[in-house]
Amino acid sequence: MIAHSIFFYTFSIIAIVSAIMVTASKNTVHSVFFLILDFISISCLFIMIGAEFLGMIMLIVYVGAVAVLFLFVVMMLNVAQQKNQWFSSEESSKHIPVGLIISTLIFVELIIVVGGWKYKPDLFDINNSLEFAKVSNTHSLGQVLYTDYIHVFQISGMILLVAMIGAIVLTFRKRVGVKTQSYIKQISRERSDGVKVLNVESNKGVKIDD
Amino acid sequence: MTEIGLGHYLTLGAIIFSIGIIGIFLNRKNIIVILMSIELILLAVNINLVSFSIFLGDLTGQVFTLFILTVAAAEAAIGLAIIVVYYRNSGTIRVEHIDELKG
Repeated sequence: MIAHSIFFYTFSIIAIVSAIMVTASKNTVHSVFFLILDFISISCLFIMIGAEFLGMIMLIVYVGAVAVLFLFVVMMLNVAQQKNQWFSSEESSKHIPVGLIISTLIFVELIIVVGGWKYKPDLFDINNSLEFAKVSNTHSLGQVLYTDYIHVFQISGMILLVAMIGAIVLTFRKRVGVKTQSYIKQISRERSDGVKVLNVESNKGVKIDD
Repeated sequence: MTEIGLGHYLTLGAIIFSIGIIGIFLNRKNIIVILMSIELILLAVNINLVSFSIFLGDLTGQVFTLFILTVAAAEAAIGLAIIVVYYRNSGTIRVEHIDELKG
């Protein structure tokens, strides 16, 4: 149990510090790297408490895809040097107390809810706990994901498809002045457009009209 | 050292959620950092769902977390595409300059 505590506190302190650094660091590239660190430590927590599949999926999806997407956009837009300060000028620092008050209020509310939580005494039944199940976490997730939640699963696939098409349509632009192939012109070209058969008499030569 | 229970994980989720809110409110320079704060908030929600699912012995929370992950990835892709288009049109993504829809 002591190892559990040590791992929990280590990973959660790393997660909290890197979450603070995501919002506070001046360079946007550093923010993305701290976001990656945050996701990695949270997925370590997930793996530690027994949700191995979700931990691995978070590593793949967030660290492998979303963070790389963020890095690409940050580097493409050349905003890494755009300083990300909270206290740059007088008139742009008026929002700071409001934001701090609101977020502190939300935090206090959440802590009150967590602290005042009461469980039913028979809620932590040791027999229906996932730790004592016969199959692994991934196996049991697959058993419910493709049977009970199949419609939701398919709808999430549709959401991904719509997001992909939307991103492509948004960032697609037609450039003018660039020479490209015109497929319809190529396909609809006939033999009579390109080749003319002439009956040329010998020793006369060919006169081409131009 | 006391045993790590559900309350510890919920507190961690609350802290990360609040940090995400702070990041949205206090950031005036860079809209990409706002998107990253939204990712942090979704991560806090995922922490809550997974810890409830583990400690209460119900698998539904983890299934739901999977779908939240899907939606978060889609949202990041669409948001970054919108940012790229905006940057192409106006040359800046500073939040204080994006006020064309002021109304």
